[in-house]
Amino acid sequence: MSAHAADAVIPHTVEPHPVTGIPNGKFGIWLFLASEVMLFGALFSSYVLIRTQAPHWPPEGGLSSEILNVPLATVNTAVLITSSITMVLAWASCKMGRIDRFRFWMGATVALAFVFLVIKYFEYTHKFHDGHFPSTNNFYAVYFTLTGLHGLHVIGGIVVNTFLLTAGTRLWKTDRDHFTNRVENAGLYWHFVDLVWIFLFPSLYLL
Amino acid sequence: MAETAEHSSPEEFKKHLGKYYVVFVALLCLTAITVGVSYLHLPRPQAIAVALAIATVKAGMVAGVFMHLISEKKVIYAVLVLTAAFFLLVLLLPSFTTLESAGV
Amino acid sequence: MSASKTHGHAAHGGHDAGHGHHELPFWRKYVFSVDHKIIGLQYAVTALVFLFFGFTLMMLLRWQLAYPGQPLPVIGKLLGESAMPGGVMAPEFYNQLGAMHGTIMVFMGIVPLAVGGFGNYVVPLQIGAPDMAFPRINMASYWAFLPGGILMIASFFLPGGAAQSGWTNYPPLSEVTQTPGQTVWLFAMVLLITSSLLGSINFIVTIVQLRAKGLTFFRLPFFVHAQFVTSFLLLLAFPPLEAAAVMQIMDRLANTSFFLPAGLVVSGEQWHAAGGGSPLLWQHLFWFLAHPEVYVLILPAMGIVAEVIANNTRKPLWGYRLLVYSAIFLGFMSFVVWAHHMFMTGMGTTMSTFFQTTTMIISIPSVVILTCFIMSLYGGAIRYTVPMLFATAFLPMFAIGGLTGLPLGLTASDIYLHDTFYVIAHFHYVVAPGTIFALFAGIYYWYPKVTGKQMNQALGKVHFWLSFIFINGVFMPMFFQGMAGLSRRLYDPTIYAHGRAIQGLNVLISWSAWGLALAQLPFIWNFFASLRHVKVAENPWQSTTLEWAAPSPPPHGNFVTPPVVYRDPYQYSEPGRSTDFHPQFAREA
Repeated sequence: MSAHAADAVIPHTVEPHPVTGIPNGKFGIWLFLASEVMLFGALFSSYVLIRTQAPHWPPEGGLSSEILNVPLATVNTAVLITSSITMVLAWASCKMGRIDRFRFWMGATVALAFVFLVIKYFEYTHKFHDGHFPSTNNFYAVYFTLTGLHGLHVIGGIVVNTFLLTAGTRLWKTDRDHFTNRVENAGLYWHFVDLVWIFLFPSLYLL
Repeated sequence: MAETAEHSSPEEFKKHLGKYYVVFVALLCLTAITVGVSYLHLPRPQAIAVALAIATVKAGMVAGVFMHLISEKKVIYAVLVLTAAFFLLVLLLPSFTTLESAGV
Repeated sequence: MSASKTHGHAAHGGHDAGHGHHELPFWRKYVFSVDHKIIGLQYAVTALVFLFFGFTLMMLLRWQLAYPGQPLPVIGKLLGESAMPGGVMAPEFYNQLGAMHGTIMVFMGIVPLAVGGFGNYVVPLQIGAPDMAFPRINMASYWAFLPGGILMIASFFLPGGAAQSGWTNYPPLSEVTQTPGQTVWLFAMVLLITSSLLGSINFIVTIVQLRAKGLTFFRLPFFVHAQFVTSFLLLLAFPPLEAAAVMQIMDRLANTSFFLPAGLVVSGEQWHAAGGGSPLLWQHLFWFLAHPEVYVLILPAMGIVAEVIANNTRKPLWGYRLLVYSAIFLGFMSFVVWAHHMFMTGMGTTMSTFFQTTTMIISIPSVVILTCFIMSLYGGAIRYTVPMLFATAFLPMFAIGGLTGLPLGLTASDIYLHDTFYVIAHFHYVVAPGTIFALFAGIYYWYPKVTGKQMNQALGKVHFWLSFIFINGVFMPMFFQGMAGLSRRLYDPTIYAHGRAIQGLNVLISWSAWGLALAQLPFIWNFFASLRHVKVAENPWQSTTLEWAAPSPPPHGNFVTPPVVYRDPYQYSEPGRSTDFHPQFAREA
C-alpha cells in the first residue's frame, strides 16, 4: 500500500477472501455500481413517470429521432463500445505483464472518452444555438439532465483512468497484482458507464 | 481472482481474449440493428419492446463478458439480485401509483 | 474547538503504542486521519455539536408555539430584525427552524453519530479487524460530511435564511421559494449523501471480508448485524434522493419543470416555467429514501440496546437468530412501504392497499425484536448501570413509538391523523426517547473503551431520570394535540378554535423541552470532566465481545495480536464457571 497509509495492514486487499473468493476492492466497486444502478434507476423512473403522464411526447410534437441527432449519437454509442474493449485490453495487458501495452490501451480508452465528450459538446451547443434549453420543455429537461449526469460520470471515468495512466502506475513497480486489480475495478466502473448509455441511447433518441 | 487461477502464463491468457473481440463486434452490429429498426417506425409498444430487448442483450453481453459477471462469485450475484429487485421497484411503482391516482 | 481536545485525550494511548516506524505529523494523525477510531470520534463529536444546534433550533421554535406572537426576551433581539422583528418570530423564520431542525437532526446528527460515530469506532473492533477495509475512503466520507454540515448551517446566514419548506422539501412550494438557502440545502444534501454512500460501501466490505478467525456470521454481536443491514439501506435507498436533488437543482437553476405542473399559479400570477412535471414524483423519490432512512435511525440503536442488555443481564440475548433474521427482513421490507407517507395524495385504492399491507407487515419484525429484548430481561441478574437505565427505558418508549405508528399506516385512520401533531409525537417517540436514549446508552457504555476512563455514574443517573421525565413531557401531550386536530408546521396554533382549546398543552411541552435542555448539562459536564478521572480496568463492564480484547483506548492497528474467536457473542453465566462471563476471544474453555 502507499507510504502514508495506516501501519495496520488490511487483509484481502490483494489476495481474495477464502470464503467470498474476491478481494476487498472488487467487492467495493460492485457495491458502488449497485448504488449507481439505483441512481440511474430513479432517473429512468422519473422519465417514465413524466412521459406517461404527458398528453403528447415530445410535448411540442414531432419525434424524438427528429429532434435529437441520431447519427451523432450512434457514432457516440460506437465510441463508447470501442472504449469498453480498449479498457478490457488495458486490463488484459496488465494480466499479461505488459505495462507498455497497458499504457497504449488505457490511453486509447481515455482518448475515446474525450471523443465522446466532444461529440456531446457539439450536440449540446447545436441545441442551445437553436434556442433549445433544459427549460424549453420536459423533453429537453430529461434529455439534458440524463445525458448530462451520464457525461459527468464519463468525466469521472476519465479522471480515474488518467490517474491510473500516470501517477497510479507507480504501484506496478511494487505490487503488480494490486495495480491489476485497480485497473480491473476501474474497468468495471467504465463498463457500467457504457451500460447506462446502452439504455439511454434508445430511450431518449429512438423511442 | 478467478482469472489469475485459470491462466498461469501470458500466452495462455491471450487465448481467452477472443471472446472480448466477438462481443465487441456483436455490440456494434446490435447498435446498427437498433438504429435500423427505429427507421421502421413500429407502433410505440412494439418499438419500446424491441429497443429494450436489444438494449438488454447488449447490456447482458457487456455485464457478462466485459465485467466478468458470467464467472463471478455468489456474493456479487446476491448483491446484484437485491439491487435488481429494488431497481424494478423504484422504476415502476411511482408510475403505477401516479397512473392509478385521482387524475393528479 | 472542543473537538480537538477530545481527539487529543482520546487518542493519547493510541499513537505511541502502535507498531509504526514513522511518526505522522499532527494534521495527518488527527485531522486527515485514516484510522477508524479517530474518524469515528470526528464523526461523533461533530454529530453531537450538530445535534446540540438542531436542539437549539427546536427550543426557539417552541417559544413561538407556547407564546405565539410574543417577543422572546433577550435572545429575540440577538437574532436580528429579519428573523425576529421586534423580538417576535417571523413566520418565515419559524418555517426555517422547523425545516432545519428536522434536516439537521436526521442527516447531520443521528445518522452520523449512530453509523459514522459508533459504527466506525466499534465495528472493526467487534469483528477483530485492524481497521476498516478502505481507510482512505473512510476519511473521505468524513470530509464530505463536514463541509455538507457546515454548508447547511451557513445557509442560515444567506439572504432569506435557510431552507423553509419542511425537511421534506416538497415542490412546488420548495421551488417557488426563491431564497438561496433553499438551493444550498440541495447541494449540502448531495455532499451528505456522498458521505453516506462512501461509508456504507466501507461497512459492508469490512463486515464481510475482515472478520477475525472463528468469527462466523452467527457469532457476530447483534450490533454488527444491525450496522450491516443499515449499510445496505443507505447504499440502495439514498441514490434516488440524490437523483431527485439533482432534478430539483435543475428546476431551481435551469428553470426546468421536473416537479412543476402545467398552469401553476403563485400569489395570483402565472408561474413562468414550461410545466408538465409532477410534484408527486419528488414525493416518491424523497420517501423512497426517507422511509428506509427511519430504519437507519433505529437499527443501530437496537444494536446498542442489544449489547447493553446482554451485558447487564449477565445472560445471552433471547432469540439471537430471530433478532438477526428480523433485522434482515425489516431492512428488506423498509423498501416497499414508502408511499404510506403519501396516502393523502389522491392514490387509487389498489396502490394504497398495497402500501397499507406492506406497512402492517413491517410492524412484525419490529415487534419480534422488541419482544426478544424484553424476554432477554426475564431471569437476568440485572445491573442498573447508567447504560442499562437508558437501554431499559428504550423498550417502552420504542413500543409507544411503534404502536402509535399503526393508525398512521392504516389508510382510514391516517386520513384524520396525517400532518397533525400525532405524527410528530409518533416519530419522535421512536427517535428521541428511542434512538437518542440508545445512543446515550452507547456513550456511557463505550466511554471506557474510547478513553480508558469511566463516566461518573451518579451524574449519569441524574441525566437519565431528568431526561426521561422531560422527554415524555415533550412528546406525550403531542398525541392528544394531534387527535384534537392540531396541524403540524403551524406558525400560530391559536388562530383555530381547536388550537386555542388545547393551547395549554403547548406551554407544557415547551417548558418540558427547555427542562430537557437543562437536563443535558450534567451529561455535558460528565463527558468532559471524566476525562480527568483515574484510568479503569480494561474490561470494566466484564463484557464478552471482541472490542474489549483490545487495550482501552486501542492503539493504531487495534489488537496487539490478531484475535481469534472461540464461541458465541453473549456467553454469560455459563453453568459451572467461576466467572459469570466467558469472552469470545478467551482461549480457555
